[in-house]
Amino acid sequence: MNLLTNLINGIGLGSVYAIIALGYTMVYGIAKMLNFAHGDVIMVGAYMCFCATTYLNLPVPAAILIAMVVCTVLGVLIEGLAYKPLRRAGSLAVLITAIGVSYFLQNMALLIWGSAPKTFTSVVPFGAVSLFGGELIISWETIITVLANIVIMIGLALFTKMSRTGKAMRAVSEDKDAAELMGINVNKTISITFAIGSALAAIAGVLLCSSYPVLMPTTGSMPGIKAFTAAVFGGIGSIPGAMLGGLLLGIIEIFAKSYISTQLSDAIVFGVLIVVLLVKPTGLLGKKIAEKV
Amino acid sequence: MKMFSKVLSLAMAAALTAGALAGCGGAQNTAKEADKSSAASGAEVIKLGGIGPLTGPAAIYGNAARVGAEIAVDEINKKGGVQFELKYEDDENDAEKAVNAYNKLKDWGMQVSLGCVTTKPCIAVASETNSDRMFALTPSASSTDVINNVDNVFQMCFTDPNQGIASAEYIKSQNLGTKIGIIYNNSDAYSTGIYNKFITEAEKQGLEVVSTQTFTDDSANDFSSQLNAIKAANADLLYLPIYYTPASLILAQADKMQYAPKFFGVDGMDGILTLENFDKSLAEGVMLLTPFVADASDDLTKNFVTEYQKRQGEVPNQFAADAYDCVFAIYNAIEKGEIKPGMSAKDTCEKLISVFTSADFKFDGLTGESVTWSASGEVSKKPKGMVIQNGVYVGMD
Repeated sequence: MNLLTNLINGIGLGSVYAIIALGYTMVYGIAKMLNFAHGDVIMVGAYMCFCATTYLNLPVPAAILIAMVVCTVLGVLIEGLAYKPLRRAGSLAVLITAIGVSYFLQNMALLIWGSAPKTFTSVVPFGAVSLFGGELIISWETIITVLANIVIMIGLALFTKMSRTGKAMRAVSEDKDAAELMGINVNKTISITFAIGSALAAIAGVLLCSSYPVLMPTTGSMPGIKAFTAAVFGGIGSIPGAMLGGLLLGIIEIFAKSYISTQLSDAIVFGVLIVVLLVKPTGLLGKKIAEKV
Repeated sequence: MKMFSKVLSLAMAAALTAGALAGCGGAQNTAKEADKSSAASGAEVIKLGGIGPLTGPAAIYGNAARVGAEIAVDEINKKGGVQFELKYEDDENDAEKAVNAYNKLKDWGMQVSLGCVTTKPCIAVASETNSDRMFALTPSASSTDVINNVDNVFQMCFTDPNQGIASAEYIKSQNLGTKIGIIYNNSDAYSTGIYNKFITEAEKQGLEVVSTQTFTDDSANDFSSQLNAIKAANADLLYLPIYYTPASLILAQADKMQYAPKFFGVDGMDGILTLENFDKSLAEGVMLLTPFVADASDDLTKNFVTEYQKRQGEVPNQFAADAYDCVFAIYNAIEKGEIKPGMSAKDTCEKLISVFTSADFKFDGLTGESVTWSASGEVSKKPKGMVIQNGVYVGMD
């Protein structure tokens, strides 16, 4: 039973990593850039939802919608102002810019909301499912996060396979120049990618803070880094890979904490990552592509 | 295109700098306000300088200490006699910023220092004060590292080891639990310090520690596996020598997994009730060891609580009381040592050290009676147990 409880806890933590990793991997897959500000867009989304429910007393669906809209606008703005001018610059310049944007967002949040932590009210109004006479407890946040993961994963897969914009995205991800020659508006496509990625970040932020209800300007940074690890683990650029990577990372972390040592858990998590990357450099589900470095 | 991108990246850099500067501005404003409210009118004043996190995740402590000290300074200045001027600087709970704040206060003409509110910055500032020969009495930096190897730094709060020992004794004497689980932050000096002493004292007292779990600052989100292990070990009391932010997550997650042991915290738990939007019912029944009980019926406590509520709209925590006591202890020592305003910080320091360590210097304040100090700077007073009932702290004995 203990094993099962740990597994459930691992899935609970992993599903949060997975939903953040989906945003990372989506932007990387198409724009071929690591958006390190993703974790902080998540934080902004969580703050938006917090303000809407706590200060404006709006119902939860409206609050999530507001968070999504604000994050979408924010994502498109960040892309347009910070990343677009660097489209032809080296990948290092974009990477540093992304880190800069990340600090910028954290400091803005510090100015607007202050640094005292706030307690986020879970958007899931039910407690937990209790099985086997209280032996096994699954929180509704975990169930909803896993479901959201599956819906988003399928949605994204269908969108990129079926829709015109999705096809354009895949074309841009394969070869920007060729896509442009074929009449695809590369800039617009990348903007849409960021818009979708940021809307997902808002959902991730709300679910992250529902599971772990402390909200401060640095809330997004550590989960963001772990989720990035998850995305690399699963094969960055691969949408099912992000979900698999996130879940596995969460499960490994909880098992390492429970059965080996709470002090070594992070070392073990990143050790596993290194081993996986040594054996399979593109990650678990990553495609083998010849990259020009 | 290239030109344009250069201009834009410059603009971004400018925006970033602006953001960083704006951050500083905010901190300064708070400090200025702090300064304004308690500046004495007389020209000949003793300048007291305090450092603490006025912004940042530990801001609750810093601001509580600041307001507590302000109330004390205002009361002293009303008496006539020796006049004080108080200035608080922000350190955001960061050692480097604390040293900068300390230098700023020195430039301002600080004669006596109230140290830092939190441990990490205070260790850094303590060695600075020692080389400058500046007397420091910290309200709440509780690690022994703060007073080790320096003869000029004194504490108003218990040291971490003291808290650990006192917790174990208290749990045993009040029969609060027999099987004890512990979660502590092993990346934090404060938490680890308390834990180490607690575990040895618990053994001496015959308390059974069934499970010890740790976390770090970087993994302070998910406590499910720690709680799960403690629950599986059948602990009936969970000892939490940690700060209130992770403690609030532990309380929420324990509630979700329907695990309800007795929770026992130390002074870092103080502040959990002022966390914005926190569901106070989660903290119902949480016990903590603290030297200050806000519902005590003596006049000193009553007056202080009323004044604090008037200023802040909330019940003061022990950080406010510790800072209040700091100012009054310094005031008493200054009267006793006949220290004059304008005396050099060095001479003030030597005199204050001899007063504080003299056998007949006893201080009665909010946080204890007949409080004395050892030559190492450690305080001696009795802790009080508190329990949270209906969203307020109530004394346990």
